[in-house]
Amino acid sequence: MVSVKLDKVSKYFGKVKAVDDVTLYIRDGEFVTLLGPSGCGKTTTLLMIAGIYKPTKGRIYFDDIDVTDIPPKDRNVGMVFQSYALYPHMTVYNNIAFPLKLKKLPKNEIDKKVREVAKLLKIDHLLDRKPSQLSGGQQQRVALARALVKEPDVLLLDEPLSNLDALLRVYMRAELKRLQKTLGITAIYVTHDQIEALSMSDRIVVMNNGRIQQTGTPDEIYSKPSNTFVASFIGTPPMNLIPCRVIDGKTLECLGFKYVFKDEIAEKILNEHKEVYFGIRPEDIVITNKDNGDAEATILVVEPIGKDLVITIQLEEEHTIKILAPPSINLKPGDKIYLKFKKEKIHLFDKKTGQRIEYIIKKGEE
Amino acid sequence: MSKKYIDIKKIKKRILLEKIAKALIVLFVAVIPSIPIWLMYLGLIAQAFSSKVTLGIIPNGFTLKNWRFLWSTIQMGLKKYPNIWPITINSLYLALGTALLVTFVAGLAGYALSRMEFRGRTKMMEFILALHAFPSIVLLIALFVLLNKLGLYGRGFITLTGVMITKAALEAPMGAWIMKGFFDNVPWDIEWAALVDGCNRLTAWRKVILPLVLPGFAAVAVFAFLAGWAEFIMAFTFIREDRWWPLSVMIYHVIGEYKFVDWGFLAALSLFYALPTIIFFVFSQKLLLRIYVGGVKG
Repeated sequence: MVSVKLDKVSKYFGKVKAVDDVTLYIRDGEFVTLLGPSGCGKTTTLLMIAGIYKPTKGRIYFDDIDVTDIPPKDRNVGMVFQSYALYPHMTVYNNIAFPLKLKKLPKNEIDKKVREVAKLLKIDHLLDRKPSQLSGGQQQRVALARALVKEPDVLLLDEPLSNLDALLRVYMRAELKRLQKTLGITAIYVTHDQIEALSMSDRIVVMNNGRIQQTGTPDEIYSKPSNTFVASFIGTPPMNLIPCRVIDGKTLECLGFKYVFKDEIAEKILNEHKEVYFGIRPEDIVITNKDNGDAEATILVVEPIGKDLVITIQLEEEHTIKILAPPSINLKPGDKIYLKFKKEKIHLFDKKTGQRIEYIIKKGEE
Repeated sequence: MSKKYIDIKKIKKRILLEKIAKALIVLFVAVIPSIPIWLMYLGLIAQAFSSKVTLGIIPNGFTLKNWRFLWSTIQMGLKKYPNIWPITINSLYLALGTALLVTFVAGLAGYALSRMEFRGRTKMMEFILALHAFPSIVLLIALFVLLNKLGLYGRGFITLTGVMITKAALEAPMGAWIMKGFFDNVPWDIEWAALVDGCNRLTAWRKVILPLVLPGFAAVAVFAFLAGWAEFIMAFTFIREDRWWPLSVMIYHVIGEYKFVDWGFLAALSLFYALPTIIFFVFSQKLLLRIYVGGVKG
């Protein structure tokens, strides 16, 4: 097991900066997820760690060893691809045995290891089949077995669950995490699915346009997004961002409402910004009566999603936001409602830079 | 009863008409034009096995006399034809050699064209296609001069080998182009998986990618073999000794040298010449049609 360090790594394809100046430290035995929309450079980063792409700039270290110029076969990494990339002309047994055969291990040792890992992943009854005779979930396990059989120092997973059906995905999520913790292996996981990222990772790295947007624990990413991209990428539905003008150190004039911070917010900080985004997650908005309401709004759409209702409401003109409400509430499109924002859950972002504005709420107010 | 929206009879009638129309199209496009071709083949077979043929295709009296070239040397007038078996071996040597060379070159070149980034790759591929547009006959004079200067003209076995290499060189670019298509179909993921599993580029090519493009190799090999087997003009121009003729040249001489033509002998010889082609197609048809690259999907 090793730690992985990316030091100012960039990868350019022609003029396209696929990965731009990424610095990252992954501890030994940690489960880190690279999360971002498609084309954000997360898979490219993974392929550089595997050694398939060579970084245009920067160095990659496994523990203290500079592996930047070492070919993939000598890095001792295991990798699971989105398409599983099983060898269609080999049986499951031979697929799993392939890395060991290349290492020229003795036959009985190969056999022992293949059967061991097959048992661990519950595919020991499939060893004689060809990949085309397996279901998606089984293929996925074979791919995982092939990655694990050589006891890699780092396990790289490129969207391994995205081709599975929803039920199996939920099951495999827990299974993968359990496996990773049992084996104590350093794992780097690439996904665009925030639920996977939030549920499985020790830490999440949110990427966009080849750059790291934020690195942190799932809780940090969710409750303290460092900029508007992270805020609007994480959460279903994502955080509402309402453009506001700063009137003075306490008052914001937002689309459709005025929000006055009592004196809890450091005036100085807000004075430094002219225009901000007022960020609030759907679940942090409460429907209330007129007297307690911070804002007034009209309901556009009500979507039941089982546990909750997702309600799309219009603040002013074209600007809509989403809120979550319990299904017991009886609302229909066209109704006027009053909203109360949970004060401690309000996020502020500078409109120009998109960066989070840190402010401190004094305790003991109200 | 509610109102009838669907008139079953009408629909059945329309389906029937459509079927008839389709059958007629097939008849005119595929069946009728192929009748003359079938007639010619029938005529060929009839000629080869009968002592007398009326109207070109009606056989009369079974005989194997026309096949006597298989066990004896044929002499016609003053001209004595060489024994058929060394000639057949010459043709096999030419065809198999071409197939082997083309497959080898096309396998490597196709991989490079498909997978490796280098300057001028697109230009090179366009150039290859353009090259293929020229018939080999335009190269004949240049080749003649070249072989003559190198002292390879009319040197028996060496010249035959020269013809084989030239033929392979002419066929290889198209083979590479075909192989490129097959390599393109192998997903990068599979190659990357092999690299991560411990291969270098060459072992990944050999152990993982090659088995996946076997149908492509089969296709290229069969086409190259047939091209080598059918090669005539270069062999005819450069090979002087009849001992080193391939079959195609021998057939030419059966027709060409005398006003008198033994049609039965010619038909039998032609059938003999066509045999490998037929056998090859019968056995490789399935392989050529079955292209299973593209990885496995769940």
